Amino acid sequence: MADPQLPHEAQILERVQESPTIFTLRLKFTDPAHHAAFRFAPGQFNMLYLHGVGEVPISIVSDPQDERLFDHTIRVVGRVTRGFAQLQAGDRIGVRGPYGRGWPLKSAENRVVMVVTGGLGCAPVVSVINYVIRRRERFRRLVIMQGVKHSDDLIWREQYARWSGMPDTQVLVAADVGATLWPWHVGHVTELFDKVEIDARNAAVMMCGPEGMMQVAVDHLTERGIAETDIYLSMERSMQCAVGLCGHCQYGGQFVCQDGPVFSYRDVKALFGKRGF
Amino acid sequence: MEAGFLPRAGFQALLDALHQSGYRCIGPRSRDGAIVYDTLARVEELPRGLRDRQTPGAYRLEQTENPRFFSWANGPQALKPLFFAPVEPLWRSERATDGALGFTAIEPPAERLAVIGVRACDLAALRLQDRHFLEGRFADARYAARRANVFLVAVHCSHPADTCFCVSTGDGPRATDDFDLALSELDDGFLVQAGSDAGRALAARLALAPAAAAQQQAADREIEAAARRQTRSLPSRNLRDALFANLDHPRWENVAERCLSCGNCTAVCPTCFCHSESDEAALDGGHSRHLRQWDSCFTPGHSYIHGITIRADTRTRYRQWLTHKLGSWHDQYGRSGCVGCGRCISWCPVGIDITEEATAIGGGGAHG
Repeated sequence: MADPQLPHEAQILERVQESPTIFTLRLKFTDPAHHAAFRFAPGQFNMLYLHGVGEVPISIVSDPQDERLFDHTIRVVGRVTRGFAQLQAGDRIGVRGPYGRGWPLKSAENRVVMVVTGGLGCAPVVSVINYVIRRRERFRRLVIMQGVKHSDDLIWREQYARWSGMPDTQVLVAADVGATLWPWHVGHVTELFDKVEIDARNAAVMMCGPEGMMQVAVDHLTERGIAETDIYLSMERSMQCAVGLCGHCQYGGQFVCQDGPVFSYRDVKALFGKRGF
Repeated sequence: MEAGFLPRAGFQALLDALHQSGYRCIGPRSRDGAIVYDTLARVEELPRGLRDRQTPGAYRLEQTENPRFFSWANGPQALKPLFFAPVEPLWRSERATDGALGFTAIEPPAERLAVIGVRACDLAALRLQDRHFLEGRFADARYAARRANVFLVAVHCSHPADTCFCVSTGDGPRATDDFDLALSELDDGFLVQAGSDAGRALAARLALAPAAAAQQQAADREIEAAARRQTRSLPSRNLRDALFANLDHPRWENVAERCLSCGNCTAVCPTCFCHSESDEAALDGGHSRHLRQWDSCFTPGHSYIHGITIRADTRTRYRQWLTHKLGSWHDQYGRSGCVGCGRCISWCPVGIDITEEATAIGGGGAHG
């Protein structure tokens, strides 16, 4: 078996600036055989390596059936991501993966799919939205809830407008601070739960964002009768090896890098929201 | 299997037999005031007559007239650094002038090690490190390479330190399995018992005399006495529920006021496995080595994610260590991560005692 800790060279074919601090790298492995064998599920992540600097875990946002390229949307937050922001089409990086467990998209078929996100960097669930929209007939109603601090933080803004015009789709967006011409709610996204139209017994909820926001969302949703096993969330912890060895992402009896990053709420609720874990 | 008797004067023959079989012998040596494991060529290098005095926050060696080589409990190192290297390169990245990147795995040198003087607690810790590094979803190639072909010579512990509590964790003082040879030390020599085919083959080359019943009884009595001498204990072998029911116990704050968050406990712990990864780039930028190095949950970096430190204070770091070691380990590895070696007690600069803290927090029902 190939060394799971060894990166493979990938080339940036396209770089898209999504916002002043967020960009997308569209990548292809330079070894055609490795590229052809690469398979992933939405919600899984790769370790991206910048030569001489280091590795970061970043979720894969493109469609799993796109055989041409795979995409990573990255926000500039630290040393490695700042370095990645300088790269251009044609540059090479190291990529290993995919790792972890993704979203339960198979079991969500024929159900209402509700996607809840807060804050910046919710690329993991945008991949879910795109996945569902491309396979619309397999799913029932689609509910999208997105909260941002400032309206300027919302990336893919035209997409939200487009999604809201689609049949059987409800889009609820909120910004704590709204600029001029902000068409959506001003306030916290969790204030919009009363507007959600959802069949609690036939729903699959997928969320990511700050844990405080997710806890409020879980409370609202379980109150509406949605089972804890139907609520999935993407957890974030320090991940350095991605193969369950380095210990940084240990969370109770789990390692986020391999038992997650997507968990059902039931599987994390014992420690969820407890400061220090 | 029947034990054989190896007179003290014949101990060099054991080392020679291992050398002739292609092993590099690693054994206890006295260095810088402590027992450490290092290359062992001659029997004279063993810590003859040395005793260790260990109390919370203190470790001292004393020379005695006793002829024994193993009349001490342990030193700061267990077997951990032999197989899980404190720092090692994982791979190398090379950048060509046209920007192309190439990655090459770096494997540790192939070497056959024989380790002399392994304690029961350290064998238990080795089993846990094996479970973590070899039996998970992804086996670690570098640990596996170091661990392969190792020959283990256990020595039953007859001189536990005041800090030892292996009886309460169920891991000692007698080495019960997973060794190639196990020795009981008596004043005039050793009872030798084989625990594997490799051990039987080696024992056969030593021309051992059959052990007398009286010798066996004397050896057993020493191990039983060693067990009785231990005064420390954990309140239970499974503290998971008791600790997680007490996450807001005031004792966490109390221990945080004493703890320096230095990470000594995790460095000497034979089961702690956390490590961080980093790059060591050449100045010309042409190549870079990707390293891993022991890390500790007592550092701020351990829980850092993009601007957030999940465990910014000592209270949450100590709680993380203890609830993982004695709690979540049960979920992840089927048992507690503590083998009762007592190192974290002796090597803690302020003498924090894991058995006291665990008893205060998890020893009696839920708190408030």
